[in-house]
Amino acid sequence: MAPTAPTAAKSASPSQPSGKSEVADLKQQLRQLAGSRAPDADDQRRDVFKRVISCMTAGIDVSAAFGEMVLCSATSDVVTKKMCYLYVGAHARAHPDLALLTINFLQRDCRDQDPTIRGLALRSLCSLRVPNLVEYLVTPLTTGLKDPSAYVRMIAAVGAAKLYHISATACIDADLPASLKALMLSDPDAQVVANCLHALQEIWTLEAASSEAAAREIETLYSKPVVFYLLNKIKEFSEWAQCLVLELASKFLPSDNNEIFDIMNLLEDRLQHANGAVVLATIKVFLHLTMSMTDVHQQVYERIKAPLLTLVGAGSPEQSYSVLCHLHLLVMRAPMLFSSDYKSFYCQFSDPSYVKKLKLEMLTAIANESNTYEIVTELCEYAGNVDVPIARESIRAVGKIALQQYDVNAIVDRLLQFLEMDKDFVTAETLVLVKDLLRKYPQWSHDCIAVVGNISSKNIQEPKGKAALIWMLGEYSQDMHDAPYILESLVENWDEEHSPEVRLHLLTAVMKCFFKRPPETQKALGATLAAGLSNTHQDVHDRALFYYRLLQYDPNVAERVVNPPKQAVSVFADTQSGEMKDRIFDEFNSLSVVYQKPSYMFTDKEHRGPFEYSEDLTNLTVGAETTENVISAQRYQENDNDLLLSTSDKEDNGTRASNGSSTSTYNAPSDLIGSSLISSQTPAETSLINTIGPTSSSQSNFSLDDLLGLGVTESPAPSPPVLSLNSKPVLDPGTFQRKWGQLALALSQECSLSPQGAASLMNPQSLIRHMQSNYIQCIASGGQPPNYKFFFYAQKDGATAFFLVECIVNTASAKAQLKIKADDGTAAEAFSTLFQSALSQFGLS
Amino acid sequence: MISQFFVLSQRGDHIVFRDYRGEVPKGSAEIFFRKVKFWNDDEAEEAPPNVDGVNYIHVKVAGLFFVVTTMVNVSPSLLLELLQRIARVTKDYLGVLNEDSLRKNFILVYELLDEVIDFGYPQTTSTEVLKSYIFNEPIMVDAGRLPPLGPAAMFMQGTKRMPGTAVTKSVVATEPGGKKREEIFVDIIEKISVTFSSSGYILTSEIDGTIQMKSYLSGNPEIRLALNEDLSIGRTRSSSHDYRSSSGSGTVILDDCNFHESVHLDSFDIDRTLTLIPPDGEFAVMNYRITQEFKPPFRVTALIEEAGPSRAEVLLKIRAEFSANVTANTITVQMPVPSYTMRASFELEAGAIVGASEHTLRAKLTFSQESHGNITKEAGPVNMNFTIPMYNASKLQVRYLQIAKKSKTYNPYRWVRYVTQANSYIIKDIQNSIKEC
Repeated sequence: MAPTAPTAAKSASPSQPSGKSEVADLKQQLRQLAGSRAPDADDQRRDVFKRVISCMTAGIDVSAAFGEMVLCSATSDVVTKKMCYLYVGAHARAHPDLALLTINFLQRDCRDQDPTIRGLALRSLCSLRVPNLVEYLVTPLTTGLKDPSAYVRMIAAVGAAKLYHISATACIDADLPASLKALMLSDPDAQVVANCLHALQEIWTLEAASSEAAAREIETLYSKPVVFYLLNKIKEFSEWAQCLVLELASKFLPSDNNEIFDIMNLLEDRLQHANGAVVLATIKVFLHLTMSMTDVHQQVYERIKAPLLTLVGAGSPEQSYSVLCHLHLLVMRAPMLFSSDYKSFYCQFSDPSYVKKLKLEMLTAIANESNTYEIVTELCEYAGNVDVPIARESIRAVGKIALQQYDVNAIVDRLLQFLEMDKDFVTAETLVLVKDLLRKYPQWSHDCIAVVGNISSKNIQEPKGKAALIWMLGEYSQDMHDAPYILESLVENWDEEHSPEVRLHLLTAVMKCFFKRPPETQKALGATLAAGLSNTHQDVHDRALFYYRLLQYDPNVAERVVNPPKQAVSVFADTQSGEMKDRIFDEFNSLSVVYQKPSYMFTDKEHRGPFEYSEDLTNLTVGAETTENVISAQRYQENDNDLLLSTSDKEDNGTRASNGSSTSTYNAPSDLIGSSLISSQTPAETSLINTIGPTSSSQSNFSLDDLLGLGVTESPAPSPPVLSLNSKPVLDPGTFQRKWGQLALALSQECSLSPQGAASLMNPQSLIRHMQSNYIQCIASGGQPPNYKFFFYAQKDGATAFFLVECIVNTASAKAQLKIKADDGTAAEAFSTLFQSALSQFGLS
Repeated sequence: MISQFFVLSQRGDHIVFRDYRGEVPKGSAEIFFRKVKFWNDDEAEEAPPNVDGVNYIHVKVAGLFFVVTTMVNVSPSLLLELLQRIARVTKDYLGVLNEDSLRKNFILVYELLDEVIDFGYPQTTSTEVLKSYIFNEPIMVDAGRLPPLGPAAMFMQGTKRMPGTAVTKSVVATEPGGKKREEIFVDIIEKISVTFSSSGYILTSEIDGTIQMKSYLSGNPEIRLALNEDLSIGRTRSSSHDYRSSSGSGTVILDDCNFHESVHLDSFDIDRTLTLIPPDGEFAVMNYRITQEFKPPFRVTALIEEAGPSRAEVLLKIRAEFSANVTANTITVQMPVPSYTMRASFELEAGAIVGASEHTLRAKLTFSQESHGNITKEAGPVNMNFTIPMYNASKLQVRYLQIAKKSKTYNPYRWVRYVTQANSYIIKDIQNSIKEC
């Protein structure tokens, strides 16, 4: 493609051009070429277009040349055409009027003989993203969906989604979703089917926000006929479309175990696919389908181990990392299932450090009685690693294993050996660990202190390590002969020690030491307090002042504050809650797993697709989010009405008002409601709300509730002997969800519905109303015939204890699966009886 | 749903930039580049960056960043596989994948991108299907002048490269003679990871292998690829890491494997034959993983002789245990020495090692301070890197490669090549002795 025209020759290679003069030059050339009928005009055009695209790529604003580009667009050369379409697609939005000029030739091309040209034109037409051109899109799209060429149909299907984004009404009015659905279930070409599914999911998910019909349509996508139709064709799809179908299948609610096994048998060979994305999508289906079958679920773990490990070994580091993150998630969920595979998680020399870090975490998790020795030996090797961050992590991992209580004896020895390695960072890390170990196993203090006492504080530079050493000096000053003198020398060097953390620890340690060995420490204490008081760091200054005044006030009190009898720490706080982990597991095979946080923490609401769980309670149910939203909202509506009607019971009114407000705070991300805030709710706070309730305006209640973000529980009263339920229990979705995540399963049962009841269960509402009349409230529901899923709650009358129920009803078999969780586990049995009798009454009245 | 796709050079220039959904704010490529630059310097952050709700997912191929952005929570593996595939398809078309070839052919790449992704949804990535929609002729860059790229981009790690690369010709370019040469390449590539104890005992070993194929056959003939007859797949859990019991027997036992979707496994269970109609371009027929013990290609012993309080001598012995007609190259041996080492002087450096030979490396170390008795704790482990063409550690063999014949004269070139690479070859402990002087 040698440039023939002299004008084009100077830029034969599309290097990075520079700025405005270039654009002006291009405009000039385009204008000359516009009407040119020279024999080489096509070649010249190609070259100029190429330069325009090159500028565009480099980020130079070439929109000024729009008019000229359009003038030159009438060409029969496909390569030029494509470049022109690319340009027009990128800039049409800024020039809606000029874009109109392109419509003409695009429409003409949509009727071209050649399907490639037709498809190309249709795709470009839909990519213009200009609202006032919508009228020109509908006809070509409708024809395109019926085009004899699969290529054109495939483009038209995606085009429908594009149209929806430009003008939702135009897309709906033309009834395109219906055409897409029909095409999805009948087209012989797999890619057309896949694109229809893509488009439908996108359209209906967005539409569902305002239309209930669309929400029902989404449900039909997850229904058995659609899922099975697509799964049976799975091998016809491209690997990318297979991922799409598998994702859909992972949200399918099977009605019985046979369906589950059918799907798993069908997809078994997908686990051998070379494409990691297909394998992970298949694993997701397996894991989610078998959630309720513990044995099979475990077998799935065994089955997927080997394919996952193979994927980790194949592919680029980036791909391995993604797979390893998923493996990490599974290992963390079921460490004992991986305990014999520990060698697979040994770090390799060539592993990047982010991979090593994950592996270390996994090794820590799977350590048990049988493999601890080998794992710790391996980890100790890494401690001498040249890669310092990994060496640090390894030492921490050894410490964590020790805290897990396996073979502590041997590990303490290893840790103490680290101290002999005489590397600054190793010593510092180890000291921090020894400190934590001593907090959990004070019985080891004797062994540790002997070694720690030999460490010179001068050799430790890192504040964390130094602080740990100082803590031990203070805590065990009675056993360490030199403690007061070491502390004293540290105090003498106060000015050279800049870290406030170390200074704070030093203050406390000297105080502790003082109460244990007063005569030896008195001088040091005075010096420390003086140094602390003159410190400019606020915390250090305040703590020194606090100690000083405390001692002034009463040394006995001071001793009780500084040296109280301590209990060994049994469990160190886990950084991530179980609920958070469950949610990440629900979002298996997504970025959530890589980021290790659920999607609502990093995506905008508008960008959560049909597969995403929203952050509110509805995520507890599967699929069908929108109906649930509607139902929940209705329920709150009713509560609001209650609020307006009930004037007799004033205290109830108070709490009711705060519940009413949760309609407004309903969608607040639950992580805003810090669990600590809720759990720290003291009786004082409760009574505060209760006393304000009846007297002040409900407005103040609203604001209070917003601050606390919780459902207020009623003050305890003597409980009646027989289980009776509070007629108006109050539980907001956030609290429900938290409780559901925290409480252990009290009961899991299967029970039957009356045949009439099963028959009359046409939608979730009917059962919800029935249960409400039995004082059992529904908080969320979803599903469609024959499977419904409900979350109920109830409260013991006059008590604060709640009962939470997950109830999966199958109307075909008239059976219900119950999972009951209770604040008060002893009453669970009684509640279960009550619940089942209520359920069995359904449909009979 | 992919929002954007772009390729950035090592300096951060846009080589191609395609916006599919117009939802990501401007400047995303710059944000990404800054993040990655920063990230390379500071390893504290390991997740792919998420900035203001935009997720950036990238792979690095041939020194270039292939990046997609997305606003939704999609499967990272899907995007990473797709990015690798785009890189591979591009290479199929351009013959060579590097900054120069991409810059020369960026219009062709745009054509590909148009078809591979539509409105953020992956469409087709089959080199063959794409042929009918690509109208640009690739502009060839001079492959001889450039460092050849490996048959699999995954072997590109820094400057290390694979020898014996598959030919660098485009699947669409017509050759000067007008007639395309009928040929097919099958590469068995194995990455091995071994850890030895000081006594030479193998602590852990693993092989990650790939059978890579690149076909230039016209008319899509069916191919039969026969592997070792006694190949067995899957190991019982109890023996999965029992290295002693499995050595000695000649059978190749794969822990697990996966296959390209074009592979038919109908006769695989009977005679270990893979049947497939190879798609155009380069692809992995099969990936496998082996933890069965194998004969390591090198035996290495490391010894530190202490010669007085502040001097020591390092002795590294490397014995090549493969046959003499095979040569290993790009060998590096690394051994961290104590941090207080002031000076080291070497006596021999090995570049290539011929099979069945032994090499010794002697290094004299001088320390700035007196060693604390146990130098071996401060030194090592020894790590070795190498590439051995025409050698495979697993003994997995292609018994024959049969191409369904179209006519009697049809006899395409068949290339079956083996290569073994060190992924992690570690000698953990170093022996210590005190030299009397």
